Amino acid sequence: MRVDENVTTGGDNYYAAAKKNYPAAVSGRLRTIKWSVLIITLGIYYFLPFIRWDRGPDAPGQAVLIDMAGRKAYFFGVEIWPQEVYYLTGLLVLASIALFLMNAVAGRIWCGYLCPQTVWTDLFFAVERWIEGDRRDRILMDRAPMSAGKFMRKSAKHVIWLLIAVGTGGAWVLYFGDAPTIVKDVFTGNAAPIVYIWIGILTFTTYSLAGFMREQVCLYMCPWPRIQAALTDEWALNVTYRTDRGEPRKSVRIGERAKAAGEAVGDCIDCKACVQVCPTGVDIREGLQLGCIQCGLCIDACDTVMHKVGREPGLIGYDTDMNIARRSEGKPPIYRIVRPRTVLYAALIVLIGGFMIYTLANRAFQGVSVLHDRNPLYVNLSDGGTRNGYTVRLINKRPHERHFALTVSGLPEGFTLEAQGVAAASGKPVVEVAADTTRELRVLVMVPNGIVLPASTPIEFYIVDTDNGEKASTSDFFKTAAPN
Amino acid sequence: MAHEEIDKVTGVATTGHEWDGIKELNNPLPRWWLWVFYACIVFAIGYAFVYPAVPLVSSYSKGLLGHSQRASALAETQAGQAARAEVGKGLANASLDQIKNDPKMLEFAMAQGRAAFGDNCAPCHGSGATGSKGYPNLQDDDWLWGGTLTDIEHTITVGVRSTSPDTRMNDMPRFGEDGLLDAKQIRNVAGFVLSLSGSSVKGADVEAGKQIFAENCTSCHGEDAKGSHELGAPNLTDKVWLYGGDEASVINTITHAHRGVMPTWGGKLDPVTIKSLAIYVHDLGGGT
Repeated sequence: MRVDENVTTGGDNYYAAAKKNYPAAVSGRLRTIKWSVLIITLGIYYFLPFIRWDRGPDAPGQAVLIDMAGRKAYFFGVEIWPQEVYYLTGLLVLASIALFLMNAVAGRIWCGYLCPQTVWTDLFFAVERWIEGDRRDRILMDRAPMSAGKFMRKSAKHVIWLLIAVGTGGAWVLYFGDAPTIVKDVFTGNAAPIVYIWIGILTFTTYSLAGFMREQVCLYMCPWPRIQAALTDEWALNVTYRTDRGEPRKSVRIGERAKAAGEAVGDCIDCKACVQVCPTGVDIREGLQLGCIQCGLCIDACDTVMHKVGREPGLIGYDTDMNIARRSEGKPPIYRIVRPRTVLYAALIVLIGGFMIYTLANRAFQGVSVLHDRNPLYVNLSDGGTRNGYTVRLINKRPHERHFALTVSGLPEGFTLEAQGVAAASGKPVVEVAADTTRELRVLVMVPNGIVLPASTPIEFYIVDTDNGEKASTSDFFKTAAPN
Repeated sequence: MAHEEIDKVTGVATTGHEWDGIKELNNPLPRWWLWVFYACIVFAIGYAFVYPAVPLVSSYSKGLLGHSQRASALAETQAGQAARAEVGKGLANASLDQIKNDPKMLEFAMAQGRAAFGDNCAPCHGSGATGSKGYPNLQDDDWLWGGTLTDIEHTITVGVRSTSPDTRMNDMPRFGEDGLLDAKQIRNVAGFVLSLSGSSVKGADVEAGKQIFAENCTSCHGEDAKGSHELGAPNLTDKVWLYGGDEASVINTITHAHRGVMPTWGGKLDPVTIKSLAIYVHDLGGGT
C-alpha cells in the first residue's frame, strides 16, 4: 500500500461545495413558452384565492378554499366533505396519469415547464440576471472582492428574493381562510400565529430551494426524475443533440479548413452556448441524462447560434435516439405520438375524469350511517320482546335546514322505531338536521314478543326528505337471541 | 496539491490511495453536509441548556425554561377541566329535561356520562350497562325504582340500601329462612308467580300459591303483582328477572330474599356528573 501525503493535508478536501451554475440569458420559441407558463401558473397561484363565489349567507364566499376548522373544501361550485376525500385521491390518480402521458409524449417535460421548483427558480434567475447582469457579469462579480457596489447589488437581489418568498408563503395561507381578511390581518399583526408560522416555513423553503439549492433539488432531492426516467421509452420526444448532424464538432474556422481538405465536419461549432444556458449545468451533447429537465433552453440557444453562422436550426431538438440512428442509416425519422401507451393513458384520464364528474354531478346531498350497539348486541325486554340500539348519523349537505323521516325495512309488521329526543309524525320519527351539518341520534328498534326472528336479520335504514323526497339508505342487522 | 491524478473513465481525481491496483476516487462529500452537522451540534448544545438534560447526583439540570413534562401534563389537565367547567356550569343550572332537549348540552352530558359510567358503574352494571344476575340491566325497559330522568338521578344520588340517610330502601322478608312460609307454600307461591309470566313450577299448586301471594306479597308487589316503583318492588309479571327467572332461582329468592346494595353517589360524584350519568343511562334504553 502506498501512503500519500495527500491524505494528511487537512479536512477541506474531504468536503466540496456544490459547483455554482451561471446560466446565461436566452431568447427563443421555447423560452417564450416558458415565460408564458410562468406567468400563467404564478398568476393562478397568487390570484385564485381572491376570486369570490356566492354560496349563500352561511357558507364562505371564496371560490377555492380549504376550511380546516369547518372540515370542508370548496372548489367553485363543488363542496367536498371529509367523507368524500376520495375525490382528492381521484385527482392525485389523474395527476399521476397525466404525468405519465406527458412523459410518454415528451419525456420530463413536467420538470422543464410546470414543476414549481423550475418555475420559482426561473423567476429567481430572472431577478438575479436583472440585478447582477448576465452570465459573464455574474462570474466576474463573484470572483471580485467585496466592494460597496457588489454588496449593494447582492443585498438588493436577496431582498427581492425574500419578498417573492414571503409572497409565496403568503399566498399559500390564503387558500385556508378568507383571503382579503387574512391579507389585512397579516399586515395589521392580527393573524393567528399559525398563519405567520406557515408564511415563515414557505418563505424559508422558497428562498433556500429556489435561491440557493436550485438544480441540486432536481438532482439529489427530488424522486420524480428517477420515476419519470424509468417511465420514458424509445418513442418519447426528448431534448436531443442530433449527433448524426453535429459530429465531428469543429469551430467555424477549423471546420472550413477541414472541409477544404475533404474531411468530415459536423454542424456543431462547439460554442458551448447550450451548456451555458442550461439551468442544471448539463452538456446535452453527452446525451440524455439525469440532470436534463427537458426545458429546451439549449434548443433556443443553439438555434440562435446556427442562425448566426448561417446553418440550419434544429441541431438540438425534441427528437429520439432512435431517429438519430435511423437518419445515420439514411432512413427517414419516425414520430409516433399516438401509440398504445399514450392512448391507454389518455383513455384512463378520460375514464377516471369522466367517472369523477359523473359521481360529482350525481352525488347525494344527504346521507345516513349506522353503528349497531356492540355491547350489548340486543336487549330482552320485559314483555319478552327484543330491542336493538343503533347510533344513527344523518348528513345534510344542503345549505338549508332539512327534515328527514327515518324508517327501517326488512322487519316483519309490528316492530317499533324510536329515535330518542325526536318526535314522530305518522309513525315515523322526523329528524331536523341544520344546514350543512350532521346529526347523531340514538335509535331503538323493538320487535315485540311473539315474532320469532333468526339470530341476525338484515335490515335497511332509510331517510327521506319530507319536502322533496330525496333519500339515502344504509344496511345493518337486527340481532336477537338465537331461537332454540 | 502535491498529488493530482485524474481517473480516465470518470474524469475524477484520485485520492492517491491504492489497494491491489484499485485506486480510490476523490468524490468529496458536499460541504452543506458538514454545515448541517455543525448546526446539529450547535442545536444540541442549545437544547441541553434550554431543556432538562444533565443528570446530577440527587437531581438534574432544570434547563433555562424550567420545562417539565409533568407540569405541562398537569396544566393541560387543568385546562381541560376548566374548559369542561364552562359547559358544566350550563348543566348545573339546567333541568334534566332542558339538557335532554338541547343538542349541545346533550352531547356533552352523554360524553361525560359515558366516561363516568365506565369509571364508576361498569364494575357492577357491566361496561355495556347490561348488568348480570343481581345487578340490574340498565339497557332494558324494566325499572325497579322508576326509569324517568328524575328517578334515575335520585337513585344514583342516594343509592339503594346504602349508607345515605335518604337511601332507597325496601326489605323483602326472608320467607323461608325466618319460618314465615314452609317449603311447600314457597313452592306453590313460586309456581303462581312464574305462571304470571308464562312459566311453571313442577308440582306447585298455583291456586294455593295465589292465595299465599294475596296474603303475603301484595302489600309490596301489588294485587296485580306488577310491583311498585315507589317501593322498589319488582314487577313479577314481566320476563325480566334480576335474580333469575327459573324455578330454583325464584324459590331461592322467596326463601332467603335478596337485598342488593348500590352505593350512594351523592357526595362522591358532583351533581353535574350525576346529571350526566342519569341522562346517559336514560338514553341507553329509553328508560321510562
